[in-house]
Amino acid sequence: MLESLSGPWPWYVAGPLIGLVVPFLLLLGGKVFGISSNLRHMCAAAPTPESWKPAFLNYEWKRAGIWNLTFVLGIFLGGFLAVQLIGMPDAGSHISEATRADLQALGVQEFSGLLPADLFSWGSLLSPVGLVLIVGGGFLVGFGARYAGGCTSGHAISGIADLQLPSLVAVIGFFAGGLLVTFGLLPLLLG
Amino acid sequence: MKHQSTRSPAEPQSSPLALLGYLLIGTYLGVIFVQSEVVSWFRIQEMFRFQSFHMYGIIGSAVVVAALSVQVIKRLGMESATGEPLQLNPKEWGDSRVPGARYWIGGTLFGVGWALLGACPGPIFALLGSGITVMAAALLSALAGTWAYSVLRPHLPH
Repeated sequence: MLESLSGPWPWYVAGPLIGLVVPFLLLLGGKVFGISSNLRHMCAAAPTPESWKPAFLNYEWKRAGIWNLTFVLGIFLGGFLAVQLIGMPDAGSHISEATRADLQALGVQEFSGLLPADLFSWGSLLSPVGLVLIVGGGFLVGFGARYAGGCTSGHAISGIADLQLPSLVAVIGFFAGGLLVTFGLLPLLLG
Repeated sequence: MKHQSTRSPAEPQSSPLALLGYLLIGTYLGVIFVQSEVVSWFRIQEMFRFQSFHMYGIIGSAVVVAALSVQVIKRLGMESATGEPLQLNPKEWGDSRVPGARYWIGGTLFGVGWALLGACPGPIFALLGSGITVMAAALLSALAGTWAYSVLRPHLPH
């Protein structure tokens, strides 16, 4: 329908548009842009006996988090509309030649869509590689974001934009962990 | 111990109209996330290999626009549409003998997960919406990780 908008949207368009989410949320309800808190709200909302929940998950999640859960439902809808109205971006063929060559050397074969289908699929979920990437990666994203008190949105964007030194430390940690995986763990895992 | 994620109980409930606003801002962000390809495992690999400016340009220009907007809002003393005060919660250094332990340890663990999965929390939801259903397994794992942190929290340095 809107195929003419098909990507990749350049950084100088996408970056400023993402940055505007910070004043939008502040001006609408005094809210601070941060997405990973939703994982905590979802745990707090889980229908388990109260006694199963650690103290950190015992709070009024509706009052504190309903705005953010609604916001993240919007992100889900946005992902749906982006593909339905504009189309699935072919990131695998848009990345640099050097990245493609490096990933091919690691054994990645599928270069279409947003993710390599040979690594990310229900079929790969039960293989050791899929388990580490999807289940291990997901677990550490959830654990690390809450431990660090924020993720890419809360620290790298909101925190650094407000010149918060702890956020800079967290972002340096994000990169240390990412480089460790890219140059240390991935070659072992995929090689 | 203070944590920026613990909101005061006095926080008012959002009105239905405000919730519609959050839904629309989220939808706007989800479309940009997908069409700029920041939700792509390929793009995250390209970033960690320093082989393209794309991700750095996006995060960098987002920070600049966010920072300028926050300065304008502060200088003009603007209020939110719902009358709530406009303040970003300062991050606390924590009370551990190792200053900022939660930021560098938690941050590094997050970075490991980000590079493996190729998605941080926002993109997990955008990818699910775009039809990549295996991300439901990643979301469940992320919830398990959050739960595990909640259990271990009293024993971890912050």
